[in-house]
Amino acid sequence: MTPEGSILSGEGLHKHYGRTPALDGADFSIHPGEVVAVLGPSGSGKSTLLHCLAGIVRPDSGSVRYDGRELTTLPDAERSALRRRDFGFVFQFGQLVPELTCLENVALPLRLNGAKRKAAEATAREWLARLEVDDVHGKRPGEISGGQGQRVAVARALAGHPRVLFADEPTGALDSLNGERVMTLLADAARDTHAAVVLVTHESRVAAYSDREVTVRDGRVKEPLAGL
Amino acid sequence: MSIGHTLLGLLESGPRHGYDLKRAFDEHFGQDRPLHYGQVYSTMSRLLKNGLVEVDGIEAGAGPERKRYAITDAGVTDVAQWLHRPEKPEPYLQSTLYTKVVLALLTGRDAAELLDTQRTEHLRLMRGLTERKRKGDLADQLICDHALFHLEADLRWLELTAARLDKLAQAVNA
Amino acid sequence: MTLLDTRGTGNRAGGPPHRPPGGPAGWLRDLALGARFAVTGGREGWFRTALSAVGVGIGVAVLLLAASAPTLLNAWHGREKARENLGQLHEPRASDRTLRYAQADTSFHGDAVRGRLVRPDGAHPPVPPGLRRLPGPGEMVVSPALRDLLAEPGSGPLRDRLDYKVVGTIGDSGLLGPQELTFVAGMDDRSAGESYRIDRFGKTFDPQPPSARLVLLIVLACVVLLMPVMVFVGTAVRFGSDRREARLAALRLVGADIPTTRRIAAGEAVVGAGLGLAVGLLIFLVGRQAAGAVTLWDVNVFPADVLPAPALAALIAVLVPAVAVGVTLFAQRSVTAEPLGVVREAPVRRRRIVWRLVLPLTGLALLSSLVWEPDPVWFRAVRLGVGSALLLLGITALLPWLVEAVVRRLHGGPVPWQLAVRRLQLSGAAANRAVSGITVAVAGAIALHMVFTTFQAGFAEAYAKSAARPVIELSGSAADAQRTRDALATLRRTPGVTWAHGTIDALAGRAGDRGTRGADGHLSADSATVVVGDCAELRHRAPIGSCRDGDVFVTEPRNGTGRAPGSVRPGARLNLNPPDGYGEAGPARPWTVPDSARRVTAVRHPGEDLPGDVLATPGALSPALLRAPEMKLRVGYDKAQETAAVERIRTAAFHANPGMRELSAIDNPHDRQYAGVRTAVYVGAVVVLLLIGAGLIVSTVEQLRERRRLLSVLNAYGTRRSTMGWSILWQTAIPVVLGLALAVTAGVGLGTVLLTTTETGVRVDWPVVASVTGLGAGVILLVTALSLPPLWRMMRPDGLRTE
Repeated sequence: MTPEGSILSGEGLHKHYGRTPALDGADFSIHPGEVVAVLGPSGSGKSTLLHCLAGIVRPDSGSVRYDGRELTTLPDAERSALRRRDFGFVFQFGQLVPELTCLENVALPLRLNGAKRKAAEATAREWLARLEVDDVHGKRPGEISGGQGQRVAVARALAGHPRVLFADEPTGALDSLNGERVMTLLADAARDTHAAVVLVTHESRVAAYSDREVTVRDGRVKEPLAGL
Repeated sequence: MSIGHTLLGLLESGPRHGYDLKRAFDEHFGQDRPLHYGQVYSTMSRLLKNGLVEVDGIEAGAGPERKRYAITDAGVTDVAQWLHRPEKPEPYLQSTLYTKVVLALLTGRDAAELLDTQRTEHLRLMRGLTERKRKGDLADQLICDHALFHLEADLRWLELTAARLDKLAQAVNA
Repeated sequence: MTLLDTRGTGNRAGGPPHRPPGGPAGWLRDLALGARFAVTGGREGWFRTALSAVGVGIGVAVLLLAASAPTLLNAWHGREKARENLGQLHEPRASDRTLRYAQADTSFHGDAVRGRLVRPDGAHPPVPPGLRRLPGPGEMVVSPALRDLLAEPGSGPLRDRLDYKVVGTIGDSGLLGPQELTFVAGMDDRSAGESYRIDRFGKTFDPQPPSARLVLLIVLACVVLLMPVMVFVGTAVRFGSDRREARLAALRLVGADIPTTRRIAAGEAVVGAGLGLAVGLLIFLVGRQAAGAVTLWDVNVFPADVLPAPALAALIAVLVPAVAVGVTLFAQRSVTAEPLGVVREAPVRRRRIVWRLVLPLTGLALLSSLVWEPDPVWFRAVRLGVGSALLLLGITALLPWLVEAVVRRLHGGPVPWQLAVRRLQLSGAAANRAVSGITVAVAGAIALHMVFTTFQAGFAEAYAKSAARPVIELSGSAADAQRTRDALATLRRTPGVTWAHGTIDALAGRAGDRGTRGADGHLSADSATVVVGDCAELRHRAPIGSCRDGDVFVTEPRNGTGRAPGSVRPGARLNLNPPDGYGEAGPARPWTVPDSARRVTAVRHPGEDLPGDVLATPGALSPALLRAPEMKLRVGYDKAQETAAVERIRTAAFHANPGMRELSAIDNPHDRQYAGVRTAVYVGAVVVLLLIGAGLIVSTVEQLRERRRLLSVLNAYGTRRSTMGWSILWQTAIPVVLGLALAVTAGVGLGTVLLTTTETGVRVDWPVVASVTGLGAGVILLVTALSLPPLWRMMRPDGLRTE
């Protein structure tokens, strides 16, 4: 069933919120190291698709396969463990824990995964440097700019060496210049670590950082017509 | 903009006289530049020659301008292919895209699909520009950004149009 | 909603919204607007307003109860005065309007039963309140509570004892409280000796000034109960203050100036306080219906007695809303609602410890000054109250500093711990406020318990020592030897009784002496005790050797080598009608100790009176000659069947003479008094802790709701639910544990200071400390447990949805 060589795929995904259908038979697949943009108008089900693929939300029907395993039937605890180990996340805003310093924020997923504090913070330091925000690690999220915060968030998402990075409107709250920089750093880092990136966005300039795009419309995924 | 495909598309909803065709064209697309009747006549001749339209019948006592044209199966296929063929992304191509969207609606085709197809074409170009920007110097970046922003504007417009398709469909079919 | 409302109001006032009309009209409008916010916040808004109202209401109810104390005690004392007339100096002459009156108190399984005996001299005797007519011989009227007790299946022994015919029920005006066990019965000859004549009921007497210990307990209890209530009221009016601040910021955006926002906030607070007043009145009115069922410190009253003094009630009605507004404005002092959000001024400024120490140290100094005794009681009470209040208030001031100081030093640790510590470092104010309530409540409860326990332990020890010997001592008037013999015979026949002895004791004066009272109020040594009894009974007093009726003995101190100066010698002349304490010296009734009287050495049994100076058999000295002869009976019983035997002995004694008084250490009245108050303090502490728990839950859930998106993100990251649960637990536990530690220190400290000032041995009631602390821990768990369902709900991915 799984498309050849893909690391993560969803097939026939249905999800209703109340009576509103969010996904209505969506299919999706992504290969290791591939950056796929998920486009579509607001309310088309982009984010729901991301949530289903990441095992945050269990679809009503359909299957999600990651690395040969069926996610939809995994118990919550195992899906959580999988998200901790293999996945990384960047959201539009409000994802950093306001009480923790930036360094602690980046180290958080590593520590949730069982890493020692010292080791986790050393890795976190490297990633902050890599995303060009090594001057903020002692500061709290409230004390830095939005662009810096988003870089910290990208550092946090990538610090655990995820095999799949889920980015939901990662530049949605940034101006063009900051958005471009964050996207460049994100795409480069993902390519370097050979992470697959599911990039949900409604901005085509952001989508242009992808290798390929799919469009979600009315809960279904449209692949670009081949051969044209 | 392809007047031939547009007129063919207008014929899809039913046989028309040449003059009807001109009126329909002007009504939907000729806001600032009405079509010259001679253009309709010459285009129809070419389409007749290619077998994309046929003469449906000539009313008694009428001149050549009273010919009723009807689209052939080959013509329908040609319109479909044209609609689904993405335009080469370039600035200010809205008029073509607009024509395509309206025609798609008039002919009961999926306009959203048309937009998706166009977006893919745009993104293909934008991806190239983004790649070039990443590797290039500042001048390259500025040039690429100029193009990127224009292309993005196209796509934004497309999104907007797609979002308003329902309203548009009501308007054009009214 | 808020924006539209404001704009609407601004337009209605006719001016641009940024310049509201000044003067009372504008003020009223702002207050009214605030009032509307208090009730239009949707379901959550209502919940917060309701919780504030309940919190304030409980405070108001407690205040109203405290304000009722004067009325209550007046009513209680008033009824006691109206129905009683004991211990008159001069008996009136017998007439148509007099009666003979005697007390016949008894007790049943530890419950004291007040009994009174009456025998009218004529046709128009006075009738005490609550009775329509006096019961005749063999009849009695009983209180409703006694009637119910008599009807209980286990009350057989009491029914045997009070074998009068019940002819009526005593009305409320003749009762101190609905639970009082009392009866009034017709008197027969058995009790004639105890009785005296009165011509009316009701008399004036001043209650004894309360003892220093009692004052201490009362003042302390008031402070301990009211302090947490005040802290809680302060916390309750601040529920939802984060939301309120956000709303005020929105008002600023549409042009309200800072004074206006303050007024609006005040209006909101007034509504909460007003609702609180209503709720408090309701709680009070409903609660006082239960007053009849409560007995505190032997005081049990009717619901109608629980009536606040009007002046105090008015004060409460004015003061509580004023305090609510004051607290709200004070809380806003460091917060400025700016159009685009709320600015907290200098949030990172460290708290200084110096002034925080001033309060508790002043309190401590005031309390220590109590060591100087000779001050008037009220002055001591004031210092005690103010000192305790300052010490407890000091704790609330000290707690935020302590939490901050400790939390600042915490770092590292596992993720949940790190999250909790960081959270507290950044904003621990709400939790601190709630916890300071716990701290005061627990510290106060511990101190109060300590004082109670120590006092009670002193009594309990004395009672335990006395009650270790299974002996009951009984005394009653006895004019002839046969009655004493009969009583002894009856007692000896009673099952469970192992032995019984008894004599008739009376006081005699030395010949020629008029008798003088020493400075200490005791009769001076020129009097002698005369004991009359059969040989067998006298033998129990001293080893008299051979004895026949008609013999007399004089005793000498056991260690005396020669004749001790105090002892009576044979041939001495005694006056059998000596002057007594009332100074009413009748004609002397001389009697000479026969020369044949033998000298014997006195034996003093542990726990008994002195053996007596003259021991006489009835044949030698008729008890009828003695002034106020008392039969003194000592009854031993089988410890194994103590409960049953004691009741049977009481019944037998009652039958011998209803006026017989019992002297025993079987029922410790202090146990009951202290236990009641302890239970009350305990219940109060639990209620306060639960309330504070409710407050903590509100602030925790509010905090969670604010962080809904973040929680969803953390969930996306695969954060375990348990990780977040633990972080909430720590976040609650750290301040609460610190608060409890401070509370235990302060509570034990306060208790120690208080006990030291009253020169009582210090004793810490560790089980109570443990259980109160355990209650605090329970609150932590409860708050955490109840916060988990909302936490898990907020961790759902819904929070990630931005569309």
